[in-house]
Amino acid sequence: MPVDQSLVGREFPPTAPLEVTVERVAAFAASLGTSYDDAGTPPAVPPTYPIVLAFDAMQAFLASEQIDLFRIVHGEQRFTYERPVRLGDVLTATLSVVSLRQIGGADIIGTSSAITDADGALVCTGRATLVHSAAPAATPSAEQETA
Amino acid sequence: MNAGDALTPRTFAITRADLVAYAEAAGDPNPIHQDEAVARSVGLPGVIAHGMLTLGLVGRAVEEWTGGAEVVELGCKFTQPVVVPAEGAAEVVVAGTVKSVADGLVTLALEVTCEGTKVLGMPKAVVRA
Repeated sequence: MPVDQSLVGREFPPTAPLEVTVERVAAFAASLGTSYDDAGTPPAVPPTYPIVLAFDAMQAFLASEQIDLFRIVHGEQRFTYERPVRLGDVLTATLSVVSLRQIGGADIIGTSSAITDADGALVCTGRATLVHSAAPAATPSAEQETA
Repeated sequence: MNAGDALTPRTFAITRADLVAYAEAAGDPNPIHQDEAVARSVGLPGVIAHGMLTLGLVGRAVEEWTGGAEVVELGCKFTQPVVVPAEGAAEVVVAGTVKSVADGLVTLALEVTCEGTKVLGMPKAVVRA
């Protein structure tokens, strides 16, 4: 389905709050081949952990626009952090669509997700470019990205 | 850390089993990371690693290089897919140098390759000194 220009500027509803638990962080760390436990002084939560929230927001956005996840390739991701994510944080992501272009049959969707804590304070911002190949034969080429 | 310092490159192996574990932990069920037929149907050369798995490995390298310094910025473009074979592993090499140290921040210049090909575009990490 064509992705509509009217998407640009739209903010989607916040994701359900998710607590940063030892179990979740340990599973995430283990999947990166490293370990995490809260004995003694816990190591830092992996910096890419907020993708869990941002991805949740992206999936809600894709569902709302009836875009198939398997047609999405990640073109770019940049996080800026106001502070580190900590155990016990209860985080929510709010996604906005910031740009949309079409290149070679693909929609290049620019999004920004604000990840906030239980007090509503910004913890980090995740800016993502999603490459949506609408046609089955299209080859997504994130290399052409200049966003 | 001083500007110009070269950091010891880190090599990470990614297997299909790692993709399953990452998908579960990150909540990313996209079948292009599991299913060869789906990946090819959208024009990919095969099952590819999650870009965020590769960037997560960059995060690991940065943590090891900096002794767990607070990360204030981390990001990249995913310019080339990391194709993960059904058997064996894809090897990702994360190399870096200290680009600048200023205002209490250390900026790292990174180069991330798989089989000699750069897979990330403009990768950047900034940590507190």
